[in-house]
Formats: sequence, C-alpha cells, structure tokens
Amino acid sequence: MSNRAMPRTVRVIMLGGALLLIAAMSLCLGPTALSVKRSVHAIISGHNTTEYSILFDIRLPRIILGFAIGGALSLAGVILQGLFRNPLVEPYTMGISGGAALGVSLAIVLKLYRSMGLLTLPFAGFIGAAIVISMIYFINIRKKTLKIQSLLLTGVMISFISSSFIMLIMAVSRTEDLHGIIFWIMGSLEEPSWFLIKVMLVTSLAGLALSYIFWKDLNALRLGEEEATHLGINTERAKRALFVLASILTGCAVSVGGIIGFVGLIIPHLVRMFIGSDHRALLVGSFLGGASFLIFCDTVARIIVAPSELPVGVITGILGGSFFIYALTKKGKSVV
Amino acid sequence: MFEIRDLTCGYEERFHLKGVDLAIKEGGFFGIIGPNGSGKTTLLRAMTRILRPGKGEVLLRGKNIWHIGLGELARTISVVSQNVSTDDLNVGEFVLLSRIPHYRGLQFLETKHDEEIADNAMILTDTLKFKDRAMSEISGGERQLVLIARALAQEPKYLLLDEPTSHLDITHQVRVLDLLKRLNRELSLTVIIVLHDLNLASEYCDRVALLSGGAVYKEGSPQDVLDYKTIEDVYKTVVVVEKNPISLKPYIILISEEERRKVRKK
Repeated sequence: MSNRAMPRTVRVIMLGGALLLIAAMSLCLGPTALSVKRSVHAIISGHNTTEYSILFDIRLPRIILGFAIGGALSLAGVILQGLFRNPLVEPYTMGISGGAALGVSLAIVLKLYRSMGLLTLPFAGFIGAAIVISMIYFINIRKKTLKIQSLLLTGVMISFISSSFIMLIMAVSRTEDLHGIIFWIMGSLEEPSWFLIKVMLVTSLAGLALSYIFWKDLNALRLGEEEATHLGINTERAKRALFVLASILTGCAVSVGGIIGFVGLIIPHLVRMFIGSDHRALLVGSFLGGASFLIFCDTVARIIVAPSELPVGVITGILGGSFFIYALTKKGKSVV
Repeated sequence: MFEIRDLTCGYEERFHLKGVDLAIKEGGFFGIIGPNGSGKTTLLRAMTRILRPGKGEVLLRGKNIWHIGLGELARTISVVSQNVSTDDLNVGEFVLLSRIPHYRGLQFLETKHDEEIADNAMILTDTLKFKDRAMSEISGGERQLVLIARALAQEPKYLLLDEPTSHLDITHQVRVLDLLKRLNRELSLTVIIVLHDLNLASEYCDRVALLSGGAVYKEGSPQDVLDYKTIEDVYKTVVVVEKNPISLKPYIILISEEERRKVRKK
C-alpha cells in the first residue's frame, strides 16, 4: 500500500497548490484588473494606495470567506455522505439551510436589523439552523439508537416545512423585503463584518481538525454500521458526534454566506474520484477542493457581468453541475 | 471459551431466541445449524455485540461481552457476515481496513507491520493476486475468500462466520471450508460457523448445535446430532441418513415427494 499512499499525499498537495493558485488569481481579477506585478507592488508599498485597499479591504475578505465557507460545506458534505453512505446527501438535505433561511426571512420581515444592526441576519440564520438541528437530533435520539435513515427523512421533511413557511412569508411581505430574502437565499460572499469572517474561518478549520478524530470511524463505516461495530467502532458515538459536527459547519456557513448550493454535494464526489475514498486524504482533500471551487466561482460571479455581480450560488450550480456530468461521462466509471 | 447463558433476545418486542445455553470451547470448529428462521443469525449477532440480550448473557473468556471494550472485543473476535457493503474499495484497501482495531491512539498511517499482516492474510487465503482489483469486480467465491482474509488480518482468536458458503459452487464451498479447517488446525483459531448445508456441517464441524424455533434442540458431535429422527423432527422433511463412505460421518439424503409415494405404494 505504501506505493499508493504516496500519490495520495501528492494529490492532496496538488489540491493545496490549486487553492493557492486560484486564490492568487482571484486577488488579481475584478472590475479593476490588477496585474500580478501591480498587486505585488501594492502589497509591498503599503497602506495608502487604492490598489492596496482593493486588495485587502474588498477582495481578500471574500477570498478568506470563500475558503472558510467552501471548505466547511464540502467537509460537511463528505462527513454526511460517509455517515449516511448515501451519495445524494449534502449539507442542505438535512433541512439546516431551510431553518437558517426561515430565520433570516423572519428577521428581514420583522425588521429586526433596525435594532440589532449588522449581525442580525447571520445571527437569525444561526438560530434557525440551531433549532432545526436540535429538532432533528432530539426527534431521532429519543429512541436508543440513532436510525440513520429516519434522521435523513426527518431532515427532508423539516426542509419542506421550512420552505413552505418561507413561501408564506414571501407571499405576505413587501417588495423590498422580498428582494432582501431572495438575495440572501441565493447566497453571497459579500460580508462586511471582519468579525464574522474570522468566526467562520476558525469554525471551519476547527471542524477540519475535529473531523480527523473520526477518520477511523468514517473509514470503517464504509462497510456498513454492523461491520464498523465488528471493527471495534462505537458507531452510536460516531454517528452523533459526526452529525453534530456537520450540522454546526453547515449552520455557520449558511448563516454567514446564505444558501450556496452544490459545493457540499459535488466537491466530495469529485475529490473522491481524484484521491479515492480513504477519509484520511478525503477530509482534507474535500476541504481544499471546496475552498478552491467556491473562491473560483465567486471570482467568476464578480467579473462576468462587472461592474455588477451575479449571485455566487448561480455560478456554483451551473459550473459544478456541468463539470460533474462531464467528469462522470469521461471517467465512465461509477462514483456512487 | 464462549459461554451463552439463558440467552433470550430478538428484534423489537418479538424474541427469536428463547433461553439458549451453549458453551463453545476454544480451538474447536463449531457449527450452528437449523432451519430458516430458527435463530442462527440472531444467535451470531447476539454473540458479536450487535444485538443486546433481553435476558441472559454472553460470556467471552469469562467476561460479559457488553463489558469488554469494543476495541478489545474486535481484537479477539472477527466476523464474516453476509452483507458487507464494499463501497468502491479495492481488495487490498478492504483487507487493510481490518487493522483499524489495532491502531494506537493517534496513529494515522498503517505501519509496515499492518501491511505485512494484511498481505499474509491474503497469501493464506490465496487472494493476494486480486490485491489491486476492485471489490465489485471479483466473483462471489473470490469475494468470500477476501472477506475471510479481512477477518484474519484482524488477528482474532475467534472467527465467526454467517453462512460463508451460501451461493457458492461446490469447488468454492470446499475451498472455503478446507481453508477454515486449516486455519483451525494450524493457527488454533476457534471457528464458529453458521451453516445451512447439513452435509458440510457434518463433514467439517467437531461439534454442532441444532437450533429449532429459537432454542437449542440438540448439541453434540455431528454423529450424535444428525440422525434421521432429529432432522425429520426439526426440518419436517423426510430424509435418509447414511454414512459418508470415506469419512464415515453422517450424510443426509433428501427424498422427493414422488419417490416417497412410490415407496408407500410398495
């Protein structure tokens, strides 16, 4: 196996390299295209130039947020797909995004931001997500064992319920609120608060580190729950911990960035095609892949119709979906 | 020593096993036989800590298996069950997964030692040649051997198998059981095996337990257990028990309805 372990490490490093490259490209591209030379110059020469403020106040925060949210969503996707052993599960299947969206819609309609300011929407989103997570968890945990299929079904149902409520809110809300809700739902990496960006970054990196406590569990779960038990894995503990971990990652990502689709579904699959399904490489690989993908999509969203911009969720859907179909047909082998 | 004391357990409220008592000695080749639904697999699941007993207990070397740590248990017994999902793994990776209970705290990569043990298990089972093939690409018989290789690489003292020969042709049935017999003799590995085929059980097992309706109907050597009266009682089927001319062990012959009528007419 050692001859195979090497390429796997190399492949992870390649993903890391791709991430750096995409981040650098994203830093240079925008309505005001800055050449690499000018960017480097701006970085060296200091604080007071326009270039410096474009780079560090406008583009860098988005890149960092893209890194954190893309990584978190993709990591949550890999964990949930491993846990449910179901290739169609993604962070949003669990109804967490629905809960967050409902929280945000309520906050917009009730004009809570007037009293609470900048952090209102992320905060409302997080509350919504947290309520849904605890509902799913407690509905399913009352029985002694966490039944993975009913967990999934409860999540899907809660997702339906909350989207119905959002429809209701949208139907009765005024035009300017409606606009706000729709834009939030489509997702964006535009985030004026450095505080939230830092929180998101710390959360997703901590999530990545914590997920490695469970690499044995995730690898063993590939054989099914009973087989994992035969390999000495405490599957109940693993299921609970991993569900909570994935939920928190998703909840944070959704409350800060809105509903950015496809990252958590497609990236884990693509990375699995690239480095195999051993979670030791897959967890970090997916994180890097998700981060690169989201930064790339956000760059496209910023420049394609400059000076205005498209919602990044639109780009992730179109690019991710088409690339995934291409990869499936080209490889000609089943991923799932 | 595997001791099962007054074990009652099952799924939800229905009990499939009622008051099972069994003692399985170390180093033996123990068969669990019985008709469909008699509780063979349930018994195996109770012995491997998948099903919690409603009443009674399962003791492994004198300790209740529910009080043994999962890791320690996995280093003592390994299980070859009927439905393993093999994902998109290749054979080498699949066998190496069995080393999971042996990893130490923060160990992140498999060591040379782990790889050697996995390779050895594949050599013993004659599956090393498939090492780089995908699990989905090998045949049913090869797959069964790989499952055994994985169980062996777990370095157990006890090997529990749930019908490892079902769906296999006679070549592979004999290959699998000969292999198990060899492991039993050479590595003094205790084999506990659920078998459907009474003749295979008779041929290979030192002792068998015949289950019927969730209880042990009879336990003992194949010669003691497999007589025509017992089998007709439990299986509700007319059989003739002869002796295998080579091994002199009981050999069960089925009689079709047509032949039964002919006999009756005479």
